[in-house]
Amino acid sequence: MTVEHRPTSLFGDREVALVDLLDRLLAGGVVLSGDVTISLAGVDLVRISLRALITSIAPADPGPGDPAPTVTVPSERVAE
Amino acid sequence: MITYLYAVGRDLELPDDGSRGIDGGELRLVDEAGLQAVVSDVEREAFEDLDEHREDLTWLAAVARAHHGVVAAVGRDHAVAPLSLATVYLDDDRVRAVLRESREAFTAVLDRVEGRDEWGVKAYVRPGAGKAAATDRPTSGAAYLRARREALRAGDAAVAAAEREADEVDAALAALAVETRRHPPQDRSLTGRAEQMVLNGAYLVERAGADDLRALVEKLASEGSLDLELTGPWVPYSFAGGAT
Repeated sequence: MTVEHRPTSLFGDREVALVDLLDRLLAGGVVLSGDVTISLAGVDLVRISLRALITSIAPADPGPGDPAPTVTVPSERVAE
Repeated sequence: MITYLYAVGRDLELPDDGSRGIDGGELRLVDEAGLQAVVSDVEREAFEDLDEHREDLTWLAAVARAHHGVVAAVGRDHAVAPLSLATVYLDDDRVRAVLRESREAFTAVLDRVEGRDEWGVKAYVRPGAGKAAATDRPTSGAAYLRARREALRAGDAAVAAAEREADEVDAALAALAVETRRHPPQDRSLTGRAEQMVLNGAYLVERAGADDLRALVEKLASEGSLDLELTGPWVPYSFAGGAT
């Protein structure tokens, strides 16, 4: 069988893939102009996920003589 | 503090499961013009400096998860019009004004989604599809390049065939749906799968038709040559657009 079903109905269900959620939350929903103007439309997920991946494996610009860089791992990846 | 707006509905109640909003904020209902908005207080600074946050995946993920948690909890028993991510107002009075001004638009969305759920169907090229038949080891550079070109052509043809089949899958699902929408196929770097996605569809389906939809997806998967993935039921995010 080649159908995979991921239920999304349970509250707090961590099985909901972030990428599926962002597809809907960035391109769906009722669009109103809020008081604090925020535009998340057009956010390039591929680019930011790539950047999150890079910061997770590369030190963030350590200066010469700096102590050993700490490696930050994003708490959540897009493809989880 | 400013007011973050999650969803709007009619005769809404707050979920009784202890759901909290962004940053653990307490949920409230703002009632106006026969509509209720589900809101919570959020720190103003976090949303004013969105240029810093909008490309911060950790921040985006946390807000998206919290937003979805609230919308899904409220939408479990009620038709809701979910708001786009990060819709914020200076205070509750501004939310009341928006409910009055956009009453017709919200009502139209709620009428459209009442008793219906969104389902997602994604289709992937099945692994191994379109691989050129094993050929003899190339005896020269020219032979290698020729073989490589043929393999690429075969791959392109396989993707083109998969895209045609994806259109057929979409059309078959559309016959069961009240409305459909196609999101752009997700990039491989986001799906974590090697296979190319050729369909990322959303289908608004009557609640009573959920079993028929599941059965149809299984039938399409077993008869066709694409791998299908079904997600849902979702609060109808993909069908709440159009209001202003």
